[in-house]
Amino acid sequence: MLLNRILNFFTSLRLTVVCLCVALLLVFIGTLAQVDEGLYNAQNRYFRSLLICWTPKGADWRIPVFPGGYLIGGVLLINLLAAHAKRFQFTKKKIGIFIIHAGIVLLLLGQFATDLLSTESAMRLAEGESKNYSESGRESELVFIDVSDPKFDQVIAIPQGLLKGGVELRPDKLPFAVRVREFFPNSHLAEAETGVQTAGNHGAGANLVAHLLPRVTDMDLRDMPSAIVELISSSGSLGTWLVSTHLENPQTISVGEKSYKMAQRFTRYYKPFSLELLKFSHDLYKGTDTPKNFSSRVHINNPNTGENREVLIYMNNPLRVSGETYYQAGFAPDNDKRVNKVTILQVVRNPGWLTPYFSCVLVALGLIVQFMSHLIGFARKRRTA
Amino acid sequence: MKNLFKLLPWLFLALFATEIVAVLLPKKDGEFHVREFGRLPVLLNGRIQPFDSVAHNSLLQIRSTADVPLEEVPSWKFWHHPRKLKSTEWLLEVMLRPEQADDRPIFLIHHPDLIGELKLGDKGVEKSGLRYYTFNELRPVVSEIGEQSEKASEVKPEESRTALQKQVLKLSNAVMLYHRLKNSLQPEGSDDFAKELSDFQNAIGPGFAAARASQEGKEFDKEALDRLIQPLGQFEAMARFAYPLIVPPLKPEVARDNWQNAGASLMDAAHHGEVHPAMKYFAAMATAYRHDKPADFNQAVEDYKQWLSPIFAKELSKGRSEFYFNDIKAFFHAMIIYLCAFLLAVGALLTFALSPNLSESLRRSAFYLVLLAGVVHTFGLVFRMILEGRPPVTNLYSSAIFIGWGAMVLGSGLERIYRLGIGSAVASFAGFITLIIAHNLALDGDTMEMLRAVLDTNFWLATHVVVVTLGYASTFVAGLLAITYIFVGLFTPILAQNVNKAEIGKILAKMVYAIVCFATLFSFVGTVLGGIWADQSWGRFWGWDPKENGALIIVIWNVAILHARWGGLVKERGLMNMAVFGNIVTSFSWFGVNMLGIGLHSYGFMDAAFKWLMMFVAAQLVIIIMGMLPPRYWVSFRNRAASSPPASSKGAPGGKRKPAPAAT
Repeated sequence: MLLNRILNFFTSLRLTVVCLCVALLLVFIGTLAQVDEGLYNAQNRYFRSLLICWTPKGADWRIPVFPGGYLIGGVLLINLLAAHAKRFQFTKKKIGIFIIHAGIVLLLLGQFATDLLSTESAMRLAEGESKNYSESGRESELVFIDVSDPKFDQVIAIPQGLLKGGVELRPDKLPFAVRVREFFPNSHLAEAETGVQTAGNHGAGANLVAHLLPRVTDMDLRDMPSAIVELISSSGSLGTWLVSTHLENPQTISVGEKSYKMAQRFTRYYKPFSLELLKFSHDLYKGTDTPKNFSSRVHINNPNTGENREVLIYMNNPLRVSGETYYQAGFAPDNDKRVNKVTILQVVRNPGWLTPYFSCVLVALGLIVQFMSHLIGFARKRRTA
Repeated sequence: MKNLFKLLPWLFLALFATEIVAVLLPKKDGEFHVREFGRLPVLLNGRIQPFDSVAHNSLLQIRSTADVPLEEVPSWKFWHHPRKLKSTEWLLEVMLRPEQADDRPIFLIHHPDLIGELKLGDKGVEKSGLRYYTFNELRPVVSEIGEQSEKASEVKPEESRTALQKQVLKLSNAVMLYHRLKNSLQPEGSDDFAKELSDFQNAIGPGFAAARASQEGKEFDKEALDRLIQPLGQFEAMARFAYPLIVPPLKPEVARDNWQNAGASLMDAAHHGEVHPAMKYFAAMATAYRHDKPADFNQAVEDYKQWLSPIFAKELSKGRSEFYFNDIKAFFHAMIIYLCAFLLAVGALLTFALSPNLSESLRRSAFYLVLLAGVVHTFGLVFRMILEGRPPVTNLYSSAIFIGWGAMVLGSGLERIYRLGIGSAVASFAGFITLIIAHNLALDGDTMEMLRAVLDTNFWLATHVVVVTLGYASTFVAGLLAITYIFVGLFTPILAQNVNKAEIGKILAKMVYAIVCFATLFSFVGTVLGGIWADQSWGRFWGWDPKENGALIIVIWNVAILHARWGGLVKERGLMNMAVFGNIVTSFSWFGVNMLGIGLHSYGFMDAAFKWLMMFVAAQLVIIIMGMLPPRYWVSFRNRAASSPPASSKGAPGGKRKPAPAAT
């Protein structure tokens, strides 16, 4: 009896319609929220969540007030599968409906997989420069690079998530502990005036102060994290250091015989190949500021596979290589003043990128089959009438 | 009488068709071949266009109209056509007889505070509550306008500027544009430019010799040097201000788009020692126009065309075609015919019960006019596509034109099948309103601007954009049909009447259902294609960008309507109310998201449009409330409600479902 009720609930069209209406509201609210919260935050809060919680000002508890994207999508998916399992008979009349919904299921699952599995990063290249890694636009890491072996560098990386004020970290491969004094998710550095307490007592931090900034919401900007860390070896403190994504060059720490380079930098994703920027072009329409095109001519070199060729990446024409896609995303704002122009390529790894293509074809096909069969029936009826 | 009813539709068709033919026929030029001048190609906004488009778009930005009336006629005297300066005539005057142009009332100011602050209350001419000022009237306050606009432009972000600040900025841009136009062909105030130019040509050689001699410390001809330097000062200012690039490149094989403005070309002439031939022709036109010698002017235009024709044939022909397109005003004429068609269709509906013969005659008239307007609309749309070399939708302006077109096709298709007048009413109403919206969007200036790099792909413009816009159009058509249902049902007995043994209300429900099916198909496929485009250019299929979300909510809503109907959750009236709500959803997606001012797709902020959008949404909500009134308040259903127990319109109770969806 109860089971029947549950089954009826999950297979009902009423649930479908309610879910769709709630989804409509969610998308609407989530879109408006982007104005204040920025696209990335609103996306996480409204669409990539089970429940949307609300925290009154000043309180440290929160209550769920609205279902999130994952919950609505999940219920719709269950509803759809259950309804089909319960009621579906494979008849000629319903083949269109079946194809449509198969496409929808594929689309929902594909997007869910994309949410979980895809990573986005960016590769910034100046003309003549070659790189074998891309950088995250959001996550940074504290790295210590052991350069004692001339053949390769050993990198010990601590992700941003572990850096919290007051935490002491003891990575295995380091001969010292890292005590995080303070962490700034977004920061601004300034020259320290005389008499003001500097950020650290060693390295760059000896002359600088760090200020906390609010996290950015604008999609075109990014947070610039900094941290103040104290390094403690078995023989005592190695000093208090300022590490920051604002600092261009790594700082060197010597412990006994060994020396390490230390830097707070955006998380890197290394590739089995390198890309060299040969030329970046950016044309405007004559007499306007409207960009006509931008493109990057790059040289790809993969010593493992012997791949060695030139590619032109431009708008709507990305480079797909070893499971990743490289898109022409932008350029340095001060390119006019540079001799070697800088390009910014967006790098996306998304194993599910093909699913929307298949599902689009499926749903369109299903819709056409379904509506066509109605239309033909309608035309026939009119002719006989 | 019966014959008259039969004849009437053809009379209407003949009347409007004659007007259209008259518009399409070639027109004669006046004494001065101004139209011929208006066809000459220049480069502006990154594209080749005729002088006429420069004039047209500039005048729209300054005066919000495409011509300048020479006398004021009260708007209620609509039969009285005041004499007007056409856009190119006006441009010629601005460039060549500025002292005359300075007395034309062209600067539109409608903010009363600004008029007060600039002490312009007792000046200007008033027309329909708007005030227009001449440049001479503004002259004493030009510096104040400049100061105020500088202050206003410091207010950031742009959205936080007050209406007054925005008006100041607009006015100061208009004054600046006017100043630039004045210096586009010759230095402002020059009386015999042809002679000045030939003097300049003669001064180049001796002038440079003198300059060289002076540099080497030798004795030099000071007068010769002055004869060169004095005009150069003027040309330098022209190079900074001249607006369109009117001088074609001397080496088109190197860079065909390397056009120059008049000043820059003359500055170059000083280096090369030779004035560009085009400038000589322009100077001849200038002098002839100022000295009132039409024959000389026409000859110079003709000579310049001859000079252009071997190498710049393509540009010449582009100028000619675009001039023709501006001249025939296809969308304006389509708009008028749509309006007449709409009135006739409403007449047909209102007389349906009173006089079936008259009603049928009016219905036919409306349908023929919708088809005629549709032909004109299509002609304009296709002409634009050919001019631009693009698929139909490239910006917000063209999306309005295309939505109207799609609605026209769907509406006249419905009319062809059902012959109730309702299809024509919807088609003509949608056509009229969207063309009005397009007209207002065109006030910002050039509507055929070049596309930014990411949009520069005819493949995606032709697939994603076209399909998704058809999705908008069909959702609006469903909404309009539903509004018709509610109005007709509440205020007339028509819905309960039968045509060919079918109740009209039921027929309308079928129409709405069918159109919602179309809308679902188009909006879904269009949205997913958009995702695929995004995957191709940014690497993410779905980024929750406002425009994407807007398209998504249309899909969701259409799907919700279909499922609600299939599940028996709504019946006829519920379906209609949902379809009306579809109007709100679609208008948010079409306009609302642009007003958020964020996201990759935003076209810019439009305050006035925001106000209209809110009014539109409110109107739709009122209509939905009307639609929810119980049947006893509906004139169409009153009898039924009295004779039978009230049927619940809100779905079958107990979650029982009808078996298969009984579509169409």
